[in-house]
Amino acid sequence: MDTRFWLIQTFNGVSYGALLFLVGSGLSLIFGVMRIVNLAHGSYFLLGGYVALSVIWATGSWLLALPVAAMAVAVLGLVMERVFLRPLGFDPLRQVLLTVGFAFLLQQAALDIWSGNNFDISPPAALTRSVVLGGLYLPLYRVFMIAVALAIGLALWLTMEKTRLGATIRATVDDAQMARGVGIDTSFISMLIFALGAFLAALGGVIGGAFLGIYPGLDFEMLPIVFAVVIIGGMGSLGGAAIGALLVGLADNFGKALFPEVSYFTLYAPMALILAVKPTGLFGRE
Amino acid sequence: MSMAGTRVKVLAVVAALAAIALIVPHTGSFVILLATRALAFSILVMSLDILLGYTGLASLGQAAYLGIGAYTTAILATRYQFGLGYDFWLVIVLGMLGGALLAVLFGMLAIRATGVYFLMITLALGQCVWGLAYRWNSLTGGDNGINLPQRPKFGIDLADEVTFFYVVLSIFTISLLIMYTLVRSPFGRSLVGIRERELRMKILGYNTWLHKYLAFVIAGGFGGLAGVLWAHTAGIVSPENVVLTTSVDALLMAVLGGAGTLVGGVIGAMIVFGLREYLSTLVPWWQYALGAVYVLTIFYLPTGLMGIPERIRRRRALLGNRRDSKELASVAS
Repeated sequence: MDTRFWLIQTFNGVSYGALLFLVGSGLSLIFGVMRIVNLAHGSYFLLGGYVALSVIWATGSWLLALPVAAMAVAVLGLVMERVFLRPLGFDPLRQVLLTVGFAFLLQQAALDIWSGNNFDISPPAALTRSVVLGGLYLPLYRVFMIAVALAIGLALWLTMEKTRLGATIRATVDDAQMARGVGIDTSFISMLIFALGAFLAALGGVIGGAFLGIYPGLDFEMLPIVFAVVIIGGMGSLGGAAIGALLVGLADNFGKALFPEVSYFTLYAPMALILAVKPTGLFGRE
Repeated sequence: MSMAGTRVKVLAVVAALAAIALIVPHTGSFVILLATRALAFSILVMSLDILLGYTGLASLGQAAYLGIGAYTTAILATRYQFGLGYDFWLVIVLGMLGGALLAVLFGMLAIRATGVYFLMITLALGQCVWGLAYRWNSLTGGDNGINLPQRPKFGIDLADEVTFFYVVLSIFTISLLIMYTLVRSPFGRSLVGIRERELRMKILGYNTWLHKYLAFVIAGGFGGLAGVLWAHTAGIVSPENVVLTTSVDALLMAVLGGAGTLVGGVIGAMIVFGLREYLSTLVPWWQYALGAVYVLTIFYLPTGLMGIPERIRRRRALLGNRRDSKELASVAS
């Protein structure tokens, strides 16, 4: 194990972390704003990938697939929030069960529409090359993933910190009741954040589909990993999601490479410990 | 609740169990296996109900305890040929101890958390167990799991479906009895007190942490027991048994039947297993039915199926009141 190994693994970990950030930032915001444990978030990821496949099959355009898939799933998330979650009121258990009921329904629907086969989403040829950097061959696609995550992260951060909308979202995260009290439409904020979360998860599904593949069961495989990101980083905080994604991405990569037999354990044990010591996560807003 | 009402309910459960014991063995082997599976899994659902229905702790990681019991059984059986004779009963004790010990450990981390955070931390702990089951190939067989050689044989042969069904039914009945006694004991009453209002219990001088912790450990023990039976029922133990969706299944069954009723979990398990294994052989859309059952239950039956009689009674009482007031009004005019 020389420096090359460490560099390559670090690069892989960071790029996987970039993907996790896309999926995790949305989940983190949803939890922060609505205190909902959304077990359908993995389904958004998977559906994003499937819708993208259909768009690619129909038009051959990967670039078109990105926004179409993300928007389609965002609409689904919006409907779920408005029609089902909102009337339910605040009861963590019922919310969790409802989202999981939907996860099962969506799983079956995906199986019926796209069959049980494994698919790969192939990105445009321009992105499948490698770049040589300091003697290392880095797949351009993974560089692209990091770039997308950085761009989205920056856009989210600017919106959250510099705009009026961002301020109202932050206020809702900190104290929804108080936010309502000063006239913020928290119901609208919830809807917006839920749709945004679904949008980002689906985007992650399209982008991640290129190297994870798209197959039944991927939804419940991604879900706990994304929860680990959100919890380690801290719920309701963008910076936390970024750090959590980076940590989980690296831990996952090095864990699998160095001690495969306990690799998932090393991912979830810190998650449990952090929850036990500081339930709001390392960088969560109190 | 009145004494008479309780007696009627207990009699109804006894009658239902007797009916199951008498009818199921005369059906086909498919139904016998289905009933055996549902009964074994019901022990896990009831253990979860002690937490969910009586203590107010919604755990998303209960499958971990099933997994400990199941893997203990499978590893002992395949590596040491242990637990395939009279020592089966020893494995049951070991499985329960395993589940309880795991809960001793996990409880220390989880019990302080409440609400959503308890859901999350139990999810994380469950995933720890799943991660080990899935990846620790040399011990657990990884993704393929472990096939059990045969069912135990000691005077009676558990490979016989009907015999095994009766053994599982008996263990299930004993578990139900123990858990029922537990939730009706002063300890169980304090758990309900904690569910309703923890702060008040604290002020009254109860050590609520310890109460919750003990409930968690007891639930873990019964989870381990369910695992031992499950391993022999299915004949194979795999990461599938400890995956998040299994924990979610247990939670849904408890809620579907009615949380805080113990036997509700059995009804929930029967319905879900029935839909999943029977309906799936008939129609391709069975999972929609299952999903719809969940969504409808959460929306329209927050108290579960066991809550239906109570709802009907309330509605009747409401209608009765209305009629009375109408009569009063007509008399007055």
